[in-house]
Amino acid sequence: MPLLEVNGLRTSFHTRTGVVRAVRGVSFTLERGETLGIVGESGSGKSVACLSILGLVPQPPARIEGGAAVFDGVDLLRAAPRTVRALRGRRVAMIFQDPMSSLNPYLRISDQLIEPLLIHEKIGRAAARRRALDLLAAVGISDPAGRFDHYPHEFSGGMRQRVMIAMALIGRPDLLIADEPTTALDVTVQAQILELIRRFQRETGMAVIFITHDLAVVAGLCDRVLVMYAGRVAESASVAAIFSAPRHPYTRALQRSIPALQPKGVALNTIPGQPPDLARLPFGCAFAPRCELATALCRARDPDLVEVAPQHASACLRIQTGEIAFATTDYTDGRG
Amino acid sequence: MTEPILELKEVRTDFPVRRGRLFRRNTGRLQAVDGVSLALHRGEVLGLVGESGSGKSTLARTILQLVPATGGTVVLEGRTLTAAAPPVIRAARRSLQMVFQDPYASLNPRLSVFAALAEPLRVHRVCPAAEIPGRVARLLEMVGLAPRLARKYPHEFSGGQRQRIAVARALALEPKVVIADEPVSALDVSIQAQILNLLADLVRRLGLSMIFIAHDLSVVKHIADRVAVMYLGRIVELGAAADVIERPHHPYTRALVSAIPVPDPARERARQRLVLAGEPPSPLHPPAGCAFHPRCPFAEGRCRAAVPALDRLADGREVACVRASEI
Repeated sequence: MPLLEVNGLRTSFHTRTGVVRAVRGVSFTLERGETLGIVGESGSGKSVACLSILGLVPQPPARIEGGAAVFDGVDLLRAAPRTVRALRGRRVAMIFQDPMSSLNPYLRISDQLIEPLLIHEKIGRAAARRRALDLLAAVGISDPAGRFDHYPHEFSGGMRQRVMIAMALIGRPDLLIADEPTTALDVTVQAQILELIRRFQRETGMAVIFITHDLAVVAGLCDRVLVMYAGRVAESASVAAIFSAPRHPYTRALQRSIPALQPKGVALNTIPGQPPDLARLPFGCAFAPRCELATALCRARDPDLVEVAPQHASACLRIQTGEIAFATTDYTDGRG
Repeated sequence: MTEPILELKEVRTDFPVRRGRLFRRNTGRLQAVDGVSLALHRGEVLGLVGESGSGKSTLARTILQLVPATGGTVVLEGRTLTAAAPPVIRAARRSLQMVFQDPYASLNPRLSVFAALAEPLRVHRVCPAAEIPGRVARLLEMVGLAPRLARKYPHEFSGGQRQRIAVARALALEPKVVIADEPVSALDVSIQAQILNLLADLVRRLGLSMIFIAHDLSVVKHIADRVAVMYLGRIVELGAAADVIERPHHPYTRALVSAIPVPDPARERARQRLVLAGEPPSPLHPPAGCAFHPRCPFAEGRCRAAVPALDRLADGREVACVRASEI
């Protein structure tokens, strides 16, 4: 049985100016110990989908309008709040982009780190404190004992992110959801945090869902990748296939716009236009307005996600019918 | 060889550090920019790369005289701007403009796009009032936006579009030099490419000289001719952009290059990464000698002894590392 199975998840935001359809039927599975990358631009629904799964999206104004999210046999969308709370922080943990908004600025790090242990496990303060200190050292915070009673604002951005990772991992979760955890950090600190996540994964065998807008980042971290666009999954495949044999025009366009893959002196490849307004979605395929391969049929029908090759699904009509196919990519980026 | 259009000589910027709640005393100074010398040539794009605490944004503000330099000189087209009288600085603003990082914060939310673009034209009395609408329309077209959008307000635009408006505003006075402070960092990858193309195109068409500040080397590689890498207020490496990224000399530059993910799963997993220990230093507590030595995998005793000078190597690269030729 997969660790997490999401089926037809639908979440909308009901606002005064209209209904924003943030997640429009997302399905995927995650096996134990697997790393899944969810890639998409702003507004793709990648964050809202994961927040919905964990019941962290405020309803109202949000409304989970359908679907199931079965974690180890428990449908998180239908279970009693008490059941979900027991799982959250203990078996599923989440870290976010902005550590300042997820660390309580009024509480010392010590209290915030120990809290999940005291709630979920039956251990005393002293034992919890010891485990917290060990974990702070493990995430690379020097002099953990000396900084244990500090407040979040006394740490730098990278440090706060490590504290948040420590808080997430202290309960030894089976699944870590990381929502753009490195986007706001300096590049050298990003590299450190990614290395940290990799190491913990190797040591504990936990599964990871890594949400990012940067396709290149998933290359080193993920086993499989979901590419999301305008609230739906556009493509789902192994990381190798996503890079070498993409089967959706959006994935291919994203890949082609990675600066590191393009030679200097020539204009960079771009995706013209911008992602659609989720309150005013076009008829048919949401990517069609920006797709150089779109036909009238693409603009008339909203395609489903269909398996087009073993372990490889695409929501592109023309790929599904075999009308178009992309050549396997050859990598040259000057760094050998 | 023509004179550089903008020249910085040993520029220093520091800020007083005040402690205490009742009696605020000066307990020292924070050296944000610690002796930077740079020349920007006409038509050149100079990339300036660094992380938190590197001083790159403070340097940009110092060049624009938004923050006073505490040492050294900034010379624009032969005129010294540092410690110049306000009329001189105001006149210089016609030649020197800036695009800021956060497209959500740099546009006045209460001004329509038209008002935001007309403002510099009015303040500097560039043209008769009747000509302003025409100029605004042309500016918007230059950045790829339809002129009819001028009556809208910033909140009605996406991040990428707001950044285009910010670029249009910077170009309103037809400056010779534009400083772009992390103009694409807050944008999605596919929109970044659009803005980078726009800037490169404008540099070519308008003959602009540009200082492009970023923390991401792979972005800088495309737009910059030369790149300067900053660490804790000083330049640690300077050279042709493609060369610096392909063959970085300074250990810090090597770490920055290593941090760029390779978009090829097999190679990304197999490659040797240079992951630094520790955090970028705070300018409040600068390390002794070479500021990078606490995190440097090649550091030796002598690295702690003195601040290394920016030396020119045989291949033309400038590197501030005593061990540059050995490692």
